[in-house]
Amino acid sequence: MTSVLPAHIRFRRASVIPGFGITFGYTLLYLSLIVLLPLAALVVRASSVGIDGIVAATLEPRVLGALKISFGISFIAAIVASVFGLLVAWVLTRYHFPGRAVIDAMVDLPFALPTAVAGIALVALYAPNGWIGALFAPFGIKIAYTPLGIFVALVFIGLPFTVRTVQPLIADIERELEEASATLGASRFRTLWSVLLPPLLPAILTGFALAFARAVGEYGSVIFIAGNIPYVSEIAPLLIVIKLAEFDYTGATVIATIMLAISFSTLLVINLIQAWARRRFGNA
Amino acid sequence: MEIKVANVAKEFGETAALRDVSLTVRPGELLALLGPSGSGKTTLLRVIAGLEAPERGLVFFGGQDATGLPVQKRQVGFVFQHYALFKHLNVADNIAYGLRVRERARRPSKDEIARRVSELLELVQLSGYERRFPAQLSGGQRQRVALARALAVEPRVLLLDEPFGALDAKVRKDLRHWLRDIHERTGQTTIFVTHDQDEALELADRVAILSNGRLEQIGTPDEVQDRPQSPFVLSFLGDAARFEARVAGDKVLIGGKPVPVDAHGHGDGEVALYSRPWQLRLVSPVGAHARGVVAGIRRVGGSRRIEIHGAGKDKVEVETSLSIEPALGEEVGLEILGGYIFPVG
Repeated sequence: MTSVLPAHIRFRRASVIPGFGITFGYTLLYLSLIVLLPLAALVVRASSVGIDGIVAATLEPRVLGALKISFGISFIAAIVASVFGLLVAWVLTRYHFPGRAVIDAMVDLPFALPTAVAGIALVALYAPNGWIGALFAPFGIKIAYTPLGIFVALVFIGLPFTVRTVQPLIADIERELEEASATLGASRFRTLWSVLLPPLLPAILTGFALAFARAVGEYGSVIFIAGNIPYVSEIAPLLIVIKLAEFDYTGATVIATIMLAISFSTLLVINLIQAWARRRFGNA
Repeated sequence: MEIKVANVAKEFGETAALRDVSLTVRPGELLALLGPSGSGKTTLLRVIAGLEAPERGLVFFGGQDATGLPVQKRQVGFVFQHYALFKHLNVADNIAYGLRVRERARRPSKDEIARRVSELLELVQLSGYERRFPAQLSGGQRQRVALARALAVEPRVLLLDEPFGALDAKVRKDLRHWLRDIHERTGQTTIFVTHDQDEALELADRVAILSNGRLEQIGTPDEVQDRPQSPFVLSFLGDAARFEARVAGDKVLIGGKPVPVDAHGHGDGEVALYSRPWQLRLVSPVGAHARGVVAGIRRVGGSRRIEIHGAGKDKVEVETSLSIEPALGEEVGLEILGGYIFPVG
């Protein structure tokens, strides 16, 4: 086949599996219909108010507050979920103990559970009269109906993402690397820090990105536990629902567009960091 | 440093990996642990390194009991079969790792570490590769980096686990000579594990042969080849044909005809006689020590190997000059020029 394209952007390579054309076409069609079209509609709808309108809507204190809460708490929750996810993944992969399979299956529960169920369960636990909430109430610490409650819910739903992304990499760590580090005189902590953790970094970042993205979009479990006080514990997705209930469709799409923009740029940045980490620490 | 292993035993579950192994490695010596897979050679190496704790027995480093010493404190250099380089660190950082992880009081200065790294890179002939990552190196280069990394900590003993096992034949051979060369220059006490008898015999000052978790024999390459102490050692070190023979007085007889093998130390009765391919000669079937049929002819370098069926216990291989070329299926006789006898067992 002669091609007018430079070699590096040639589409077709001889392959034992046929069907590149049809699968590639399907991929494009699917992505366009299911992903790009709705997003485009969203942006088109929002842009009907013009750039000034979007900026004005964003700077509205209630919207600004909700965005800060959504992205800020999601960020912190994703970090915490990454740390504990790593720990859980480590224990589940490296140690064999009775009930391991059960605990391993339980990690996916936040995935599978309807988010409203999770929300109600968390409220029952963390409300001032709940099992855990009652422990903190004497010290004047309220968890449910505060930003702290949002944080707890977001850590809960983020955990499976962070566990599942690092787990296969932990399973792949060669024992010999640890042994090599030990024979060279490194302490266990040093081995963990300098030898085992760096190659996991790209996967930890992926897990973080997934947990963060999910947390920003989380609605069901949060609204039950958040208390939804404007400026304090009202998340952006809830504000969208409120705007919709008030028939302010444009207002809702404007917030949605802003969220889309922030989420997209965040993911882009994380992807860039990841690509760098993969080159630097991954199995290049 | 002298390394001594005394009555070491190690079990993995039900299976014994080492049974009562004792041996001494002399200071500055290059010792090979040779054996088939499952013989316990790698386990022994790991016991010496402290990566494996023996169930019984003691390990001494320079007369000091090191059995309970954790691996981090043993100060050994260990080279793994699959290199075990830190993929996220470049060559220089890999080599410097053992120096950087030392506690502050024993850690050399930055300049000192850099000096040491470039010294070692020169030793392993990889100067200029400091900034490369392991993935950008060939197998042989990786193994040399692994060796430099192990040498960086000035180990009391250098331990190599099948160091050339993952490399292709040509690189293997080069690295072998090169390792011998490095050993001569550094005088580092070294133990290496291999299943390749040629590698062990060519490289080592002494060879320890293990089988089934037991030490079969330890000695110089000449000693183990000229005076094998068991049929296992003999057959592991190379091809050997087995014949049934008898000792009568000071003579060894096969089919009633004497064989030029010393019967010293063996009482009268049945023995097993083992002969190397070069200790046999093709003769006419009449009056020969043994008779058989030519079943295969192979050319090995400057000589020919003739495979004969029916002459010994299993197949018999004879080494001949290229000028001799019997036909397949031809009946030939064997003259036994030498061999080793062992009690029938």
